Amino acid sequence: MFDKLLVANRGEIAVRVIRAARELGLRTVAVFSDADKDSLAVRFADEAVRIGPPQATKSYLDGEAIIAAARQTGAGAIHPGYGFLSENARFADAVAAAGLVFVGPSAETIRTMGDKAAARAAAQAAGVPIVPGTDGEVADLAQALAEARRIGFPVMLKASAGGGGRGIRVAADEAEFEHHFHTAQAEATAAFGSGALYLERFLNRARHIEVQVMGDGERVLHFFERECSLQRRRQKIWEEAPSPALDEETRQALCASAVRLAERVAYRCAGTLEYLYDDATGEFFFIEMNTRIQVEHPITEMITGVDLVREMILIAQGEKLKRTQSDVTARGAAIEVRINAEDPDKNFRPSPGKVIALTLPGGPGVRVDTMLYPGYTVPPYYDSLLAKIVVHAETRQDALARLRRALDEFSIEGVVTTAALHKRLAETADVQAGRFDTGFLERLLAV
Amino acid sequence: MAEHQVLSPLPGIFYRRPAPDKPPYKEAGARVTEGDVVGLIEVMKQFTEVNADASGKVVRFLVENEAPVEAGDAVLLIETA
Repeated sequence: MFDKLLVANRGEIAVRVIRAARELGLRTVAVFSDADKDSLAVRFADEAVRIGPPQATKSYLDGEAIIAAARQTGAGAIHPGYGFLSENARFADAVAAAGLVFVGPSAETIRTMGDKAAARAAAQAAGVPIVPGTDGEVADLAQALAEARRIGFPVMLKASAGGGGRGIRVAADEAEFEHHFHTAQAEATAAFGSGALYLERFLNRARHIEVQVMGDGERVLHFFERECSLQRRRQKIWEEAPSPALDEETRQALCASAVRLAERVAYRCAGTLEYLYDDATGEFFFIEMNTRIQVEHPITEMITGVDLVREMILIAQGEKLKRTQSDVTARGAAIEVRINAEDPDKNFRPSPGKVIALTLPGGPGVRVDTMLYPGYTVPPYYDSLLAKIVVHAETRQDALARLRRALDEFSIEGVVTTAALHKRLAETADVQAGRFDTGFLERLLAV
Repeated sequence: MAEHQVLSPLPGIFYRRPAPDKPPYKEAGARVTEGDVVGLIEVMKQFTEVNADASGKVVRFLVENEAPVEAGDAVLLIETA
């Protein structure tokens, strides 16, 4: 048991974790780089420790500095949030070696599920459908080409060490395969330090649907699915729960498959299993697991009424799941839109700077997770997520109306955001009808 | 002989190389032609090239690789002919 939690992250997720910890009666420690000394997380935490200069590699990715901050403040546990060190098995090992609790799964689980090829093997063993692809990494171009012919074109080349949509290329046919193979290898080496690649069938116009799970090392529960098909450059920007595409039978089959896979690896913590879903055939295929809390977790919290961050902290404290699967019910529809500091009219150019004025939406069924406050300076060094506007209503149509109302209430001066894009999406007929796939947004923007 | 400063167009992290395992775009003493890429600025995980706006010879870089910069900071000194 620990009574003080260090939050090894920044931005809105650091605020989110501090809130959950404080409600549990825990003392909280924020860590910050020189660019974040005036952040909301620093203000809300009981204590704050500087861990380095603005560069993430010298601050939020510096595991030693973070563990030293935990020792210095007497924190018994470290919550990694998402991104940064959240899926770094070596960091999880180092936290445990320092006698501290890592609020996440074991380092071994992170290794297994973080290695995309190993994760696919685990899925196959659990009887979870996977996208046709290679059984692990391809050794060279000749083997890759032979495998590509077997899998069928178009085929994706993916970096084994990749993630977050990075390190992926699509070869439409055999003629362009060799070029993509060499480029993907070079990019993977540069970005991840390993040029290892694996191949997967590219499903045209598939949806991205994921299942939220929570495990205690013995039992795993699912908290239904999230539809995350609205993406730009493979970064999600709009998520909803439930998916407008699934019928009840498919939903149950999908969620049951996620529980099967997570139980097979004795999963302990909050986690998300990502799938591709083919509208045409009703088939779903497991693609990867994220062994951490996700950006879009609030929509699941809205429909189930369960505080997932609180649950993951309780499990890290050694508690077991108190619910059974039938205790987890979903009500209504929730939508989250990501307000990023990017200008949608200028090809999503980043827009850091000082927030001169700010009005956040409120009222029934509206939740805003953000680190913004009037006068805050958005630093240029980190990702562009400023706020998540989350709405919940009895039906999807009501949620869309509530989202339009909330976006009308939102205003910010000093930085340009993607709010205007979300207003446009909320007015788009296909979005209103729930007709989209992972390529929808880029096609819309290309018009 | 005149000296010219190349300024960072954006705030962010300045990189002298296209990738960690690649050589720098330019070394001190190298010829540089207007339009040449001399570095990258990372702003919110997006990369923007920094181009030389004059031709000449690289005298020296004024900021370290992977150093934070503000928009308008001088990053490179060029000796123009």
